[in-house]
Amino acid sequence: MKEILLQIDGKQVKATEGMTVLEAAQSVDIFIPTLCHHEKLEPYGGCRLCIVEVEVNGWTKLVVSCVYPVEENIIVRTRSEKVDRMRKMILELLLAHAPNSLQLQAFAKEYGADKDRFEKEASFCIHCGLCVRYCAEVKKKHAIGFVNSGARREISFIPEIAAKECNDCKECFELCPTSYLQAVFVLTKALAFP
Amino acid sequence: MSRINSAAQLEELRKDILSKRDPDKTCIAICSGMGCHGLGNDMVISALEEEIKKQDLENKVDIRVTGCHGFCEKGPILVIYPEEICYMEVTPEDAAQIISETILGKKVIDRLIYTDPNTGEKAVHQFEIPFYKNQTQYLISYNPKVDPKSIDDYLANGGYSGLSKALFEMSPEQVLEEVKKANLRGRGGGGFPAGRKWETARNAPGEEKYVIVNGHEGEQGAYMDRAIFTGNPHLVLEGLIIGAYAIGSHQGFIYTRHDTPQLKKNIDIALAKATEYGLLGENILGSGFNFNVEVHFDVGIFVSGESSALMSSIEGKNPEPRPKYIRTSVRGVWDMPTNLNNVETWANVPQIINKGAEWYTSIGTEKSKGTKLISLSGNIVNTGVVEVPFGTTLRELVYDIGGGVPNGKKLKAIHFGGPMGGSIPEEFLDTPLDFDELAKLGAPIGAGGLLVLDEDTNMVEKTRFFLDFLANESCGKCVPCREGIRQMAKILTNISEGNGKEGDIELLEEIAEVAGTASLCALGKTASDPLLSSLRYFRDEYEARIK
Repeated sequence: MKEILLQIDGKQVKATEGMTVLEAAQSVDIFIPTLCHHEKLEPYGGCRLCIVEVEVNGWTKLVVSCVYPVEENIIVRTRSEKVDRMRKMILELLLAHAPNSLQLQAFAKEYGADKDRFEKEASFCIHCGLCVRYCAEVKKKHAIGFVNSGARREISFIPEIAAKECNDCKECFELCPTSYLQAVFVLTKALAFP
Repeated sequence: MSRINSAAQLEELRKDILSKRDPDKTCIAICSGMGCHGLGNDMVISALEEEIKKQDLENKVDIRVTGCHGFCEKGPILVIYPEEICYMEVTPEDAAQIISETILGKKVIDRLIYTDPNTGEKAVHQFEIPFYKNQTQYLISYNPKVDPKSIDDYLANGGYSGLSKALFEMSPEQVLEEVKKANLRGRGGGGFPAGRKWETARNAPGEEKYVIVNGHEGEQGAYMDRAIFTGNPHLVLEGLIIGAYAIGSHQGFIYTRHDTPQLKKNIDIALAKATEYGLLGENILGSGFNFNVEVHFDVGIFVSGESSALMSSIEGKNPEPRPKYIRTSVRGVWDMPTNLNNVETWANVPQIINKGAEWYTSIGTEKSKGTKLISLSGNIVNTGVVEVPFGTTLRELVYDIGGGVPNGKKLKAIHFGGPMGGSIPEEFLDTPLDFDELAKLGAPIGAGGLLVLDEDTNMVEKTRFFLDFLANESCGKCVPCREGIRQMAKILTNISEGNGKEGDIELLEEIAEVAGTASLCALGKTASDPLLSSLRYFRDEYEARIK
């Protein structure tokens, strides 16, 4: 694997070709906030919280670090006024759905996000897809998926599969960044009212 | 029909088809585009057929059921050749009179010809009607002359000569160079130079390379691609095969809508016929070049027209845009270099090869070359699909071709590009049709849907409508798009209903910045464009509803 040198927050970082900026940062303990990232899963790029500033040949752009591949000599800034503004708004949008999530609250404090900025629509789910992807990619069961699109999108267990598989697994429950009970509820609903 | 095995055989066949056709024979070309179809052209066709039978004229009169002629406002439309007499708003009851008076009696029926609603002037022939007269047609001009189910009709009109020229007189590199020199820019929305995209796909490493026709056309008020593709599928197919040859691809995909059965039928027939004639498949025209095409249908969601979502859909996955920073021309379908262009872009290719880049670049503005199909809708007298050279002013489009605003109303704004486009006020009416000029003003051409808004239009309500649409048509994967659009739509609903609060406009701008910057794909990135352009030019309407 080809070695790639880049700079993250003023630090020279050695990475290998094919790594993402997020992975390169994590390898030298530079923290970038994430919600939908999981090391066992394919990069997803859904929550957009890991957005960073990248300077390529003098051009600065905002990119999502969990899917942006490392490139030779790029300069990465994990915090900037604009990056923070993006993260603050993303958190505020999510807090309308899951105001009690401890993880969201911790990030909100860091970025000055107001949990009451938007009217509450407590659906708990923030669509990070961790449960869906874990079940598909790691467990290879596809017992839970997304249904519908856009603002109506939600997670749903597939009753036929869930009835057979979920009782002995439930590994996805702990991945949920908003509430363990959310997944329990959705599973129960699917099994009780298929 | 036996396969065509050389360029010479293709020309022989063309000659043969033409020799069997009498250009002076009467032919009634009936538009069967979406508009005319909806207005009941089927009944007109059966009435005419019956009448022809009754009068024993089956050998003297042909009926050609064609693709869209463009003048949807006046459908059902028919053109009688060779005189090119154009009849509009034809009903089945008119059939007997058309046959007896015009076909047999050579007399024009006054009440069926075009009357200018503004001047009262009448026009008998298609080429005299302002709607047609003020256009420059190179693509849609085929439509009245071609039965989309007949490959012979396309061949009779010079079809596949561009492909033959490319395969036998040019190297793939020369084809690519010609398209680059022509500065053909993508007609699907971005206006990205097609030649450069082709080159990237050609040079990218990959065992297989794919080419795709994006025929999704999901934006409201846009129906240009369907007019071309349904009306003349071979034109698009010829462009695609030429592109595949230049790029080095042997597999193409046509991705289109599941809800247009007529389009599907015409594409299926075109592919079967082209294969039968040796224009598609193995060893095309005996050149040694192989290329196959598969048709895929969408799953009924707007975002499946986004290029990376479309490619996921072709792979059999959910139509969700991919979070990748590597271009699809390098890594697309099954991670192979994939070149995607929309219907109209491909349709431009045969003429560029036939007539050359020099001819092509003589049409249009400095940076936008050729013609553009525009669909006119909204508060306009002549709704329909038109083709004009780049550089035509919006005023010419709306007034000279479109006939202006109905009911004596004043024009307020022009909206381009559907739910991800923008609106500009009347004062910019003399702006030329040009990718860059209009983008600068905040109303990028998009795919070419032009919506005319009269003085009664409520800009807040219009913006709310678009965002409401996108709130459901976004795939919902990324937060800035899914949640940003949801909140923007909510705020706009409040303002629209008179419940706006101080600070709402600023909040809208803040969300729009985040959605525009941090979203995963072009849908989220441009979802707030209608909002931003209307705030730029019509901010007072928002303010008036808040105070």
